[in-house]
Amino acid sequence: MKSRWRLPLRTLALGYLALLVVIPVGSVFYRAFQHGFVAAWDAVTTPDALHALWLTILVVLIAVPLNTVFGVGVSLILARHRFRGAWLLDAFVDLPLAVSPVIVGLALVLVYGKTGWFGNWLAGHGIEIIFSFPGIVMASATVALPYVVREVLPVLQEIGTEQEQAATTLGASSFTAFRRITLPSIRRSLAYGVTLTTARVLGEFGAVVIVSGAIAGKTQTLTLFIQDSIDNLNPVGAYAGAVILAIIALVVLTVLGADSEGRRSTWRSRSDQSPSDSEMPLPSTTSILTSPMDR
Amino acid sequence: MGPSGGGKSTLLRVVAGLESPDSGTVEIDGQDLTGVPARQRGIGFCFQHYAPFRHLTVRRNVAFGLEVRRRPKAEIREKVDELLELVRIAHLADRYPSELSGGQRQRMALARALAIEPKVLLLDEPFGALDAQVRQQLRVWLRELHEKISVTTVLVTHDQEEAMEVADRLAIINEGRLEQIGAPAEIYDKPDNEFVMKFLGPATELDGVWVRPHDLVIHNEPGIGGQGALVERITHLGFEVRVDLKLDDGSSTWVQLSRGAAAELDGVPGDQVWVSRATPSKRHESLTEVVG
Repeated sequence: MKSRWRLPLRTLALGYLALLVVIPVGSVFYRAFQHGFVAAWDAVTTPDALHALWLTILVVLIAVPLNTVFGVGVSLILARHRFRGAWLLDAFVDLPLAVSPVIVGLALVLVYGKTGWFGNWLAGHGIEIIFSFPGIVMASATVALPYVVREVLPVLQEIGTEQEQAATTLGASSFTAFRRITLPSIRRSLAYGVTLTTARVLGEFGAVVIVSGAIAGKTQTLTLFIQDSIDNLNPVGAYAGAVILAIIALVVLTVLGADSEGRRSTWRSRSDQSPSDSEMPLPSTTSILTSPMDR
Repeated sequence: MGPSGGGKSTLLRVVAGLESPDSGTVEIDGQDLTGVPARQRGIGFCFQHYAPFRHLTVRRNVAFGLEVRRRPKAEIREKVDELLELVRIAHLADRYPSELSGGQRQRMALARALAIEPKVLLLDEPFGALDAQVRQQLRVWLRELHEKISVTTVLVTHDQEEAMEVADRLAIINEGRLEQIGAPAEIYDKPDNEFVMKFLGPATELDGVWVRPHDLVIHNEPGIGGQGALVERITHLGFEVRVDLKLDDGSSTWVQLSRGAAAELDGVPGDQVWVSRATPSKRHESLTEVVG
């Protein structure tokens, strides 16, 4: 039964993956270099393309650390404290994932736009958020909000607080206990959460297109550049831009993913083989104590 | 010692500073430590489930308190080696906690707590998660270790045998109240109330007074103060023999005899016997006042 089904199942899984991911992404690579490497290179080294690339990297560099700190903080609060409204905080973290990114973008415009609630006050202080860099960072951070929390929170709940308390009785400050005990324990899940966050921020389109205004050379991220290239009948630019986006994502997945590889499984599998006391009799003390009586 | 849920662990955590008391003070060596945070109390605490640092080796676990105190590397190494030797897990220094047995983890936690040279060592149900045989071995070992290092140790347990064996002084806690405090033998022989009496060992009732079943004697003939009874059942439990009796007044009691005493009695169920207290001593007078 097992061996009879193994091959068809494997074929089905790989075939599904090929149809959805491998073939489409492969064809993007193919189309990008269809007219030669030089054409592709030229398409992504125009000032607008380079600006879009730089802007995307900048957004990642700001939004991802923000979400990491926020995510770990919220996870700690939810895991360690019981308070009224905890469920509300828990639910709100997921909200950006549940609603369409377009709605997230619209909501930000409603609040921070020129005619929005804070718009007047912000404009009065010379702060521009919508159609500007801060808006792009906010939109990206919002849609990627849940990933770190959803990865880290279950691990925090599982490890409990005893290890931290032990560290405290041994003289560690709460910061030291967090840095030396808690952080290493959640490291793998955190790395995975950060990977997902980065991937989401890199690829975000819907929320960003609404808050940024997609002004070429100014508020155009890489995904917006790709869309723009398609609209302007510049397929090589679109495909080459997509290839760059894919390469960045692959690098992130490889570097961070290596750390999250087999997360949580390492010590689990070890503890499965943990020796029992009966197999390992206590050495010396007891035998010293009992042997004279035996004789 | 006390039954589960009686507040023993909470009290221990209050002493360690992991919990703050609603009222009262924590004093160690005459110093009021009530408001002092846990990390400055200099207390060694062993958790019931050991709370090993799972991502650190045994050596680094034990070294943690010293590393946090920024002691020189050479000193840490020397001290950790010494401690690992003391708790007899030196050969496991480079393993991870998950690669240790329960008893070994327990000893690692002990070494880790001792590394900071605590003024007081607090052990929360240290043998609770171990099987009976290992528990017995560790108890003997702990007692020996304690004589070697002589750190005041507070051990919490719900196991009376364990408490009697390791303690110099015993405090009985029930439902958040301290019932009695004293030397184990003293509490066993002169329990302040019925709860302590029953909790600390076997107890049975005779003439409306709680007594230890091994403090009762059975005679074949009516003696002074003996109560008539019928033998209901005789159960041989290895060294001891349990004799259930039906008293003439209709109540039941049981007597714990040694094998020799049981052979001397040579009774069978249905025999008429007389039962009385072996030593109508002072020890139960206080109890009589409480109960009677």
